[in-house]
Amino acid sequence: MSEVRIPPVLRSATSGAKLVDAGGSTVREVIESLVGTYPALAPTLLDGDGGINHFVNVFLNGTDVRHLDGLETPVGERDSLVLLPAMAGGS
Amino acid sequence: MTTELIQAPRGAGAPAAGAPAERRRVVGLACRNCGRPEPLGPAYVCPACLGPLEVAYDRDLVRATASREAIEARPAGLWRYLEFLPLDTPPARGLAVGSSPLVAADRRGRALGVERLWVKDDTRNPSLSFKDRAVAIAAATASEFGIDTLACASTGNLAGATAAAAAALGIPAYVFIPADLEPAKVDHALAYGATVVPIEGTYDDVNRLCLEVVDETGWGFVNVNLRPFYAEGSKTLAFEVAEGLGWRSPDVIVAPIASGALFTKVARGFAELADAGLIERRPIRFVGAQPAGCAPVATAWASGATVVEPVRAPDTFVRSLAIGNPADGRYALEVARSSGGSIESIDDTRTAAAIRELAALEGIFAETAGGVTIGAVEAARRRGVIRDGDEVVALVTGNGLKTPDARLLGIDPAAPARAGQPGLAPPIPPRLAAFEAWLEGASS
Ligand SMILES: Cc1ncc(COP(=O)(O)O)c(C=O)c1O
Ligand SMILES: [Zn+2]
Repeated sequence: MSEVRIPPVLRSATSGAKLVDAGGSTVREVIESLVGTYPALAPTLLDGDGGINHFVNVFLNGTDVRHLDGLETPVGERDSLVLLPAMAGGS
Repeated sequence: MTTELIQAPRGAGAPAAGAPAERRRVVGLACRNCGRPEPLGPAYVCPACLGPLEVAYDRDLVRATASREAIEARPAGLWRYLEFLPLDTPPARGLAVGSSPLVAADRRGRALGVERLWVKDDTRNPSLSFKDRAVAIAAATASEFGIDTLACASTGNLAGATAAAAAALGIPAYVFIPADLEPAKVDHALAYGATVVPIEGTYDDVNRLCLEVVDETGWGFVNVNLRPFYAEGSKTLAFEVAEGLGWRSPDVIVAPIASGALFTKVARGFAELADAGLIERRPIRFVGAQPAGCAPVATAWASGATVVEPVRAPDTFVRSLAIGNPADGRYALEVARSSGGSIESIDDTRTAAAIRELAALEGIFAETAGGVTIGAVEAARRRGVIRDGDEVVALVTGNGLKTPDARLLGIDPAAPARAGQPGLAPPIPPRLAAFEAWLEGASS
């Protein structure tokens, strides 16, 4: 199981939980298992095309998975995933 | 530090004739992506689609109340455009931001083959960059929301702007920066009494951390949970350019892009003026400027992509524009494409030369983002996006004293000075004969 941090805007779908555990050996599998446990996440988190909503960035141990292998990036037992809204930050 | 009491513009906040007294210009927030309305507050992300929230106005009321005459009758500063800003009245306290000069840059323009070049000189704001505009709006809104601590994730200039605004309000500021930022920018923020938090990583690492911090602290991060308000501040550049040109728009705007907020909101500013009938609606080509070592939006523009691929390791001395994962990149791309503009990518050596040339030809000393912008004027002219006879406005958004060494890239600072040429003379004894001897020797 790896740990996934849920941003406040999605916590209504996880009954308020901020950190949740999810199984899976790739980012895609972890997200799928997360949505399996919390189906209310599906409409916002997924894009309906087998991908992730492009307004969400996924970080594996602090690195944007787009710099790794995207959804196919391997995830280990002790890894942590962070989901964050993409549209923020300025400079 | 000096803070100025800004006078409320005459007539500001008063309901328009015929409008019910309780009708407000700012109706709330709305999702830019799906349109869902959200209540006004320190929020930035749509709960339905996770798209960005923006301020929503009562457009009819804006049209009914905004006029050139009312604006012209008000004091200088960005609050003169109140009808287009997300506050009912200007704040009682705050720095004197905006109303920077629009300079006819004929000498620089001629050398670039641009007959009518204007420089919007935003090197002159309280903390020496255009970020004071964005922060003025964010800070004023924060006060309305009862937020008592300001914060930001900064590539440098926002740090100074946030620190200065917090000092003027008498509230604490936490500014998060990449740990290896230019010392002048770090010192600047410290001088205003801010707590500077250096983070070991790139700006994108800083930004990610701040997204987590904002959830835990309740602080007002000007560019995160106050971002919808912050972004509105950049529209005032468009308003000032239009007013400075005699209430009309130029053919081309050239502006730097980091997150893309400035670029997209300047375009929005011109559109809102036209919607309100304050300027004629004419096409404007928008040219964006990015440093070659961190040019995710320029790369997407050049390749025809609609998705902006993030840059993992920015490699440029233009630290103010070193955002590898620009939040508004996709919208900036759309603005450039749909307007017939371009997004230019400029090498650091060209940027340094542009800084020197702007200073030497026009007397305006810009920080690195300004060099990139002037470089982009040249590149867009060569590409044909800027055409014969076009009127071009370049937004020079930061002061050269923030990046004092940047101008030296590509030249030998130790080269001996010659009389009448730029450079540092050797130390000379305080005797006229010694000076004359040097002048003669150096000129021959
Ligand atoms: C001087 C200067 N100009 C332009 C920009 C770009 O602003 P934006 O992030 O809104 O694209 C920045 C951002 O830090 C800046 O410091
Ligand atoms: Zn939405």
